[in-house]
Amino acid sequence: MSEVLKPASAGTMESSDALVELEPAQGHQIQLTSVVEAQFGDAIRAVAEELLDRFGLTDVCLRIDDRGALECVLRARIETAILRAKGEN
Amino acid sequence: MRRSMLFLPGNTPNVIQNGDVLGADAVIFDLEDAVAPDQKDAARILVRNAMTFLDFSRVETIVRINSVDTPFWKKDLDTILPLKPTLIMPPKTSAAQDVLTVDAYMSQLEDKLGMARNTVRLIPLIETALGLENAFQIAAASSRVAALFLGAEDLTADLRCKRTKEGEEIAYARARMVAAARAAGVDVYDTPFTDVNDDEGIRVDTEKAKSLGFTGKASISPRHVPVINEVFSPSQRDIDYAYEVMEAIRIAKEQGRGAIALRGKMIDAPIVNRAKQTIEAAEELGLGRSDI
Repeated sequence: MSEVLKPASAGTMESSDALVELEPAQGHQIQLTSVVEAQFGDAIRAVAEELLDRFGLTDVCLRIDDRGALECVLRARIETAILRAKGEN
Repeated sequence: MRRSMLFLPGNTPNVIQNGDVLGADAVIFDLEDAVAPDQKDAARILVRNAMTFLDFSRVETIVRINSVDTPFWKKDLDTILPLKPTLIMPPKTSAAQDVLTVDAYMSQLEDKLGMARNTVRLIPLIETALGLENAFQIAAASSRVAALFLGAEDLTADLRCKRTKEGEEIAYARARMVAAARAAGVDVYDTPFTDVNDDEGIRVDTEKAKSLGFTGKASISPRHVPVINEVFSPSQRDIDYAYEVMEAIRIAKEQGRGAIALRGKMIDAPIVNRAKQTIEAAEELGLGRSDI
C-alpha cells in the first residue's frame, strides 16, 4: 500500500545532477531518461527500485531525468523526492 | 595544516564531487547561504551522501550548518554529525550562548552515537557587530571551539558600511578577531576575497591577512586557492632562517652561553617560538632546508 500523499520532485537538470519526479500511481513504474542509459540504465533502475522498496512505496510512478549524476547524487535526489512526497522532509 | 578553506554550495553536485581535487586544505559544504530555504532538505541529503560515498580523505571537511535562529540547524547536525566532519561551522554566532547551544546539542548526539565528546569541533562564523564585540567570549566558550572565522560580507551589512576590495572598513574587525582568537588559543581564518577574477587583488588581500596573524583564509573560488596556500606557507627564506635560529640555540647551549646572537641580532624567546612554528609548518608541508 503506497504511502505517497502528494506529487513531489527533487534535483535539477544541471550537468551531474538528475531531476526526479514522483507521483501516486497504480502499481509502480520507473521511467528513465539518461544519456548513459545504454551503459547504466539497469544500475540506475536498480537503485530506484531499492529506494522505493526501502521506503515501502509500491503504487508510484518515478520519473528520472538523469544528467550524468553519480550514484550518490541519484540516491540523494530519489530519497529527497520520496521524503517530500511523504511529507517527511 | 589548514591554510585554505574552499566553500562548496551544498546543493550543487558538479561542484561537490570535485571538491577533493581543487587544492584546498579544507572544503566547506555550505548548507546555509548557498542553499535556498526550500532546498535545505535536498542539500542536507546530498552532502550526507557525498561525504559517505565520495573520497574526501585528502582534505578536511567542514560543514556550514544553518544558524541557531532557524528551524534547520538541528536537522543539519542530526544528518551530518554521524559522518564526523572535521569541523562544524555555525554561522551568525553573536554570543557565547550560541556556541553553548550548538555544543550541548552536539554532545547529546555524540553520546547517542557512541562517539567521544568533542570528536567534531567548531569554527564559529562571526559576521555581526555583536559577534565581533563578543569574539573572545565566543572563542573561549567551549573547548569544542577550534577556530574563529570572520565573515565580512554580512558584517559590513550589519555595520552599515560598504564592502570594498581594499578592506579598510574591516581593519578593526580583522585585528580584533586575531587578538580574540589568539588570546583564547585557537586558530583564526580570514573572510573570502569575493572578486573571482582579480588575481592581483586576492594576493594583496591574502598577504594582508597573513601579516595580521590569521592562520589561513577562506575562498569562494578554486582560482584563489593556490595563492592562499602559497601566501600561508612558510617561504624558503623563512624556513632557512628558522633552522639557523635553532642551530644557533643548539651551539649556544653546548657552549654554555646565555645570550645568543644571529646575524648581529639577539635571539630571544619569541624568535625561537616563531622558528619552531615555521619548522613545524614546513615539516607538515614536506618542505625542508635549501641546500646552501
